Amino acid sequence: MVEEKVHISEKLAPILKQVSDPEIPVLSIIDLGVVRSAEIKNGVAEVKITPTYSGCPAMDVIGDDIKTALLEAGYQAKVDLILAPAWSTDWITEEGKIALEKYGIAAPLEASADKKALLGETNVVKCTNCQSKNTQMVSQFGSTACKALFKCNDCQEPFDYFKCLI
Amino acid sequence: MQKDILIKYILGIADNSLILGQRLGELTGHGPTLEVDIAMTNISLDLFGQVRSYFQYTAQLSEEDKTEDDFAFLRKEREYINVLLVEQPNRDFGYTIARQFLFDHFHFLFLNELQNSKDKTLVAIAKKSLKEVSYHRRFSSDWIKRLGDGTEESKRKIQIAINDLWRFTEELFHQTNADVEAIKEGIGIDTDKIKAKYLENVSEVLAEAMLEKPDLKFFQEGGKKGIHSEHMGYLLNDMQYMQRTYPGMKW
Repeated sequence: MVEEKVHISEKLAPILKQVSDPEIPVLSIIDLGVVRSAEIKNGVAEVKITPTYSGCPAMDVIGDDIKTALLEAGYQAKVDLILAPAWSTDWITEEGKIALEKYGIAAPLEASADKKALLGETNVVKCTNCQSKNTQMVSQFGSTACKALFKCNDCQEPFDYFKCLI
Repeated sequence: MQKDILIKYILGIADNSLILGQRLGELTGHGPTLEVDIAMTNISLDLFGQVRSYFQYTAQLSEEDKTEDDFAFLRKEREYINVLLVEQPNRDFGYTIARQFLFDHFHFLFLNELQNSKDKTLVAIAKKSLKEVSYHRRFSSDWIKRLGDGTEESKRKIQIAINDLWRFTEELFHQTNADVEAIKEGIGIDTDKIKAKYLENVSEVLAEAMLEKPDLKFFQEGGKKGIHSEHMGYLLNDMQYMQRTYPGMKW
């Protein structure tokens, strides 16, 4: 578990809550845990974000979306990308996990269960469609860097699983 | 530590990922199955992401007015200092997986050590990348086992690829002058220290895959000194085409 204090100004939080990851529109960047700090300094909103995966192509768009949202709310904004500490799936909020499940992406399990799931040792990932645990991994890599592809053996629906990263 | 030596040290790490990422990127839309296609390009994307972090750092260190793109696209062949292994062509799926497997195991151990560097930026990049590279290593090792313990044909082909690429493995541990300097400063990683573990880990997977570990006396080198195999020029031609044709072009 990576414990990390996040400082987000109360004034900026509701604005940032409206910005979402373009790849997962149901998940706000706050719930995804990529906003590491947001403060107003000398009238300028300074936001620090960290990538989920190094190559995540959404980061540039997220940076621009933050600037746009803050500008609309009347703030000049400065967005910095930071690498340390490295993002962890533990930083996805409970609210975020529920939003993921509803959207059809199984939320990350804790580390040891995740490893077993991805190695195909046990069926622990729940189907987002019918809740069955009778599921199998189709591919360790999915439609985006952060996901693996699963299939439900009961309802036959394919679904994404958000890989555990700690 | 002198900035130009530190830059050289970082390029030595970054170039491996850049060139391997480019090779894997060639498989976009050409993977043997959809899942493998997505996996190879996902790994490529991870590597490019890591490379951007390294190049942003070298651009910041550089006294000239350079950007990350200058390092990626505007160097000449002899200025790239990646190992020969990563520039080897995809040939067939066996070669692609064997190359990945031989590199991933090195990459993992290297980044694991780099977490103890005295350079804070390198530590941050290493910690971030290590999580991704663990996945790469698991993926390529699984495929080695599947192919080695698969059909007669898959076993034959993966063994040929391992035998053929083995001569490039020794160079992973060679140290350039910049490497030696960086090690002295506590910034760089002493690759001698991870070599035994590398051979042990690789041998373990090969044994499980029922493949033979090659017994070679002669190894190829040159990439780390900028002397590349003939494949490198073609790769760069592809990779640099846009910047060479339309200098300064941006998205």
